[in-house]
Amino acid sequence: MSDNAVFERIKRDIGENNVVLYMKGTPVFPQCGFSAAVVQVLNHLGVRFKGIDILADPELRQGIKTFSNWPTVPQLYVKGQFVGGCDIVREMFESGELTELFNTSGVEVNIGADAAR
Amino acid sequence: MPMNPAEIERLIKAKIPDASVNLEDLVGDGDHWSATVISAAFKGKSRVQQHQMVYEALRGRMGGELHALALQTSTPKD
Repeated sequence: MSDNAVFERIKRDIGENNVVLYMKGTPVFPQCGFSAAVVQVLNHLGVRFKGIDILADPELRQGIKTFSNWPTVPQLYVKGQFVGGCDIVREMFESGELTELFNTSGVEVNIGADAAR
Repeated sequence: MPMNPAEIERLIKAKIPDASVNLEDLVGDGDHWSATVISAAFKGKSRVQQHQMVYEALRGRMGGELHALALQTSTPKD
């Protein structure tokens, strides 16, 4: 598959889902501490998100890094926009900016409910 | 393959000369670093853009040779 085809898939996924997390492993079984940390933040906020396991897909594993010009995974996308990796998500969560971003993006935040799927 | 902190700092400063770089070895294995980078060059840039500048300075080592670099960027306080 060419870069283009991978990019098209990424664009479709981040276009069709409000919140997408590219990660190592799945939301239920993260296979990396950084991915697990972001899942934990999203679950804490009760935000519904689509987790995409890049370990299951070598083309996507490289493609997502090229797509965002970002060298690492996890990568969080909200409404088609790249928000950041683990450090940025954590920093934004602690400062309240992440909740604000979800609110202004029309993404439902439901603290206390576990919305992983 | 662990990377030495002087080299990490040198690469960042080569690209962002005014940067103040503070590195902390998170686990003590020389392979998991936490970096705080402060530079006026970050002014007006989003966090993603600021981090991208640092990653660019590390020229592809991030995610490879440099396994883990927790990154925090900010602009100098006046």
